[in-house]
Amino acid sequence: MAERYSSFQRGGRRWLWQRITAAFLVVVLAFHFFLLHFVHHADEVTFAMSQGRMQELTYFSLMILFLLTATFHGVNGVYNALINMGVEGSRKKAIGGVLAVAGLLLIVQGTRVALAMTNLV
Amino acid sequence: MSQSYNRGLIEDFGRWREFSAGMWAWVFHKFTGWVLVGYLFTHIAVLSTALTSPEAYTTTIQSLESLLVVRLLEVGLLAVAVFHILNGLRLLFVDLGIGLESQDKSFYASLLLTGAIVIASVPTFLAGVFG
Repeated sequence: MAERYSSFQRGGRRWLWQRITAAFLVVVLAFHFFLLHFVHHADEVTFAMSQGRMQELTYFSLMILFLLTATFHGVNGVYNALINMGVEGSRKKAIGGVLAVAGLLLIVQGTRVALAMTNLV
Repeated sequence: MSQSYNRGLIEDFGRWREFSAGMWAWVFHKFTGWVLVGYLFTHIAVLSTALTSPEAYTTTIQSLESLLVVRLLEVGLLAVAVFHILNGLRLLFVDLGIGLESQDKSFYASLLLTGAIVIASVPTFLAGVFG
């Protein structure tokens, strides 16, 4: 049988959510790159263009969901990689706390940026 | 039947000659993951200029995009993201029980496809930066 390498304990909730967010991110990250580098070009980006996209509810909600899933996937990935490298006990708790706070701050800041590009506030 | 392996500390890169395809895939996936999560925080920081003023946002992005080093870093980011996506798909299939026996071949395919997509994207990513 082929060997299987993973930073995650199989069957756990963190493993499952990492997979669920991955399935979503595979599509949305590819779409994000394609839209902002091939359909539009990154050097042509202006606030007005970004605002135009973000004022569409479908695009805005997709970007908010992108922010939430990417933050969870990234922070959960780092947390599990560190556990896999042998972090235990109080260090594990402290790292979990720091990552959770960093993730929440990123979501708050990302949401503020997204809202600044709409006429909702 | 599931089996557990004592694989030692994979972070000991002195062992790299012993690494199999699956171990390289694991190392690359982890490395690209660290880069992507680091970039996510940087990306939101740059976009936060929108909170200062619309002009600050446009000027910051267009100034960054005028730098060759930024364009080259974006090509690197594309490589990292494409590999993480393709190898991530490989992992999702393996977790569903599909293709475990050919996981080494699918890793090589992920690498080749990443290389092809990145090379084909270079002209688009560097367009306009040379004046």
